Amino acid sequence: MRFALSPEQRDFAAALDELLAGADTPGVAREWAERRFEPGRKLWRELADLGVWGLLVPEEHGGADAEPADAVVALEACGYHAVPGPVVETTVVAPRLLGGDELARVAAGESMVTAAIPPEVPRALDADAADVVLRLDGTAVQRISSDMDSGGRMPSIDATRGLFPAAEHGEVLGAARPHAFALGVLGVSAQLLGAARRMLAMATEYASQRRQYGRAIGQYQAVKHLLADVTVSLTMARPLVDGAAVTLASGAAEPVVMRDISAAKVAATRAALLAARTSLQVHGAIGYTAEHDLGLWLTKVRALAGAWGTADAHRTRVLTAVRGEHAD
Amino acid sequence: MDLDIDPESAVFRDEVRAWLADNVPRQGLPSMDTAEGFAAHREWEARLAEERLSVVTWPVEYTGREASLLQWLLFEEEYYAAGAPGRVGQNGIFMLAPTLFAHGSTEQRDRILPAMARGEQVWAQAWSEPEAGSDIAALRSSAVRTEGGWLVSGQKTWSSRAAFADRAFGLFRSDPDSERHRGLTYLMIDLRADGVTVRPIPQLDGEPGFAELFFDEVFVPDEDVIGTPGDGWRVAMTTANNERGLSLRSPGRFLASADRLVRLWEACGEPAATASRVADAWIDTRAYQLYTYGTATRLADGEQLGPESSVNKLAWSSVDVALHETALDVLGADGELASPWVEGYLFSLAGPIYGGTDQIQRNTIAERVLGLPREERR
Ligand SMILES: Cc1cc2nc3c(=O)[nH]c(=O)nc-3n(C[C@H](O)[C@H](O)[C@H](O)COP(=O)(O)OP(=O)(O)OC[C@H]3O[C@@H](n4cnc5c(N)ncnc54)[C@H](O)[C@@H]3O)c2cc1C
Repeated sequence: MRFALSPEQRDFAAALDELLAGADTPGVAREWAERRFEPGRKLWRELADLGVWGLLVPEEHGGADAEPADAVVALEACGYHAVPGPVVETTVVAPRLLGGDELARVAAGESMVTAAIPPEVPRALDADAADVVLRLDGTAVQRISSDMDSGGRMPSIDATRGLFPAAEHGEVLGAARPHAFALGVLGVSAQLLGAARRMLAMATEYASQRRQYGRAIGQYQAVKHLLADVTVSLTMARPLVDGAAVTLASGAAEPVVMRDISAAKVAATRAALLAARTSLQVHGAIGYTAEHDLGLWLTKVRALAGAWGTADAHRTRVLTAVRGEHAD
Repeated sequence: MDLDIDPESAVFRDEVRAWLADNVPRQGLPSMDTAEGFAAHREWEARLAEERLSVVTWPVEYTGREASLLQWLLFEEEYYAAGAPGRVGQNGIFMLAPTLFAHGSTEQRDRILPAMARGEQVWAQAWSEPEAGSDIAALRSSAVRTEGGWLVSGQKTWSSRAAFADRAFGLFRSDPDSERHRGLTYLMIDLRADGVTVRPIPQLDGEPGFAELFFDEVFVPDEDVIGTPGDGWRVAMTTANNERGLSLRSPGRFLASADRLVRLWEACGEPAATASRVADAWIDTRAYQLYTYGTATRLADGEQLGPESSVNKLAWSSVDVALHETALDVLGADGELASPWVEGYLFSLAGPIYGGTDQIQRNTIAERVLGLPREERR
């Protein structure tokens, strides 16, 4: 057993971090929220150069044929830096739904893909920006019109997320490969982890700088303990997310996959919501402004908490799977 | 011990209920943090005042009804159950007015209260400064003595409603050599006066719910000082206790939200997974209502509210967050879509910050209610 990131995965994470830290991702996200996609598209092209969109695409179509754990690394980085757009859909879902030619375009960074998977994912995220809009019912994949203008957009609490009703009838593409939904849940869990880590980092930094009553607020035990609690929650969520990626790669039976994926979403959601509340609390009023970047993450995790199945729905899945194991 | 409503209060409650049923705008009003919405809310305050329903506990001469605290609580329950608009005048009504009743002059009350009750003058609070948040006594904005009044300079921030409000009240350092709680003066300032700059600050929802205020030698006449110059801290404590205590957030608002949550849960097919949290939201709200009836009884008996009002504030701020988080979870994938629940959720997140943060309230409970040794701080 070796339950840790490989040196290559750590290098990959570092390379992503370096690129994204220098890309003013909060600025890109704010532009995206105004439905000005160009800075975001540019960032997506740069991420393509690092191989993000082709991670789960087979080698013969120009991808890396990598493991879900590699996608977790990439999507956590996207979460940490608040990269806008259908990152989960393009990275981990599209490879289960599309054929070779389309996937080659995805891997090359030429195609941004979004997908609705009713009932848990009833709407397509950022269909106005995406090149390919898909809908998955059971195993049937349909391609629906992608010329959606921003007019039909339903606004989200996360201003960067534009949601579009996914029409029921489109061009039928064929059958999906297994685990499209599970991979989406895993991806969004990784995104939540990254967002949680970022909000914790912001709050920790602020707590050591902000002074009240003659001392850094981080000197007060009340503030220390809040941040320590987030650390515990986040630390315990991460192994569930990584573990779910491993289970998925192992070819385990569907109930086992869903059990582990669902557990990951529950824990990642919990950690991210706690990080959001805590980080806001530690920042005080400044964190409540639209001008401060904290809100980009705070609203995103609230949106992701309900996306791809709520924590409660996933808790039920976990129990159903575990109960089934006992019955065997 | 009983929970009976006396006949007079019941008549009052029924009148309020009937009037609200006929008059609350069906479509609601646009957000009070927009120019259009602010104006609409101002008109609504005037409507309430016409019926003497804007400030029911105030004396009759100031458009009130001299209602008891219990009657006010009933009013609030009816008000929020009817889905009536938020109170744009609430900073003045619930924070400044009690201070004027306790420390103001008759001239000040006569001049200020009627216009406040009718929404003609909407007030903003100006306590916080960039370096003085929880530690309000660190404030630096100054008032310098001049002929017939004071010249105010400095910066205040996070002032709710100030983007559109008419006037502001707060503390200013009138003795430059003073420190902490001493040498502060309680002033009322015209936000349209020369030397005032208002910079609206958009909040998480994108609307400018609060603003930064810059003062550059703004003249404030002596008639707008409340209490004695230099005695501002003591004067302000009336307001602070009111904010933490009853008046800022009466149970009515949360009872109405809890009711709506139960209805939402029902409409969403009564999902078993959220049942216990929905029930808890209702139970915690009911607890707050009953606790408040107890507080009102004690106040009616002539008791004072002390540091236990920190318990009160923690109770409502946490139930409000939990209630809205539960609603979004009940809504599932639809929870992220723009809706009153999302607005309420974002607003609930501010509750543990304004009016004294959760951490400050816990310190107060530990040190002043339980009597534990004071943590080291200035
Ligand atoms: C929506 C909203 C509306 C507001 N409206 C107004 C208004 O109308 N007028 C006005 O004047 N102000 C207003 N405020 C400001 C509010 O009063 C302050 O935000 C509050 O006093 C906290 O100050 P701060 O934001 O500077 O946080 P800080 O005081 O910097 O606190 C940051 C963190 O440190 C913690 N902390 C600080 N000191 C201690 C300590 N001794 N022990 C333990 N923990 C500590 C806090 O709990 C918090 O978690 C508003 C704020 C919000 C969010």
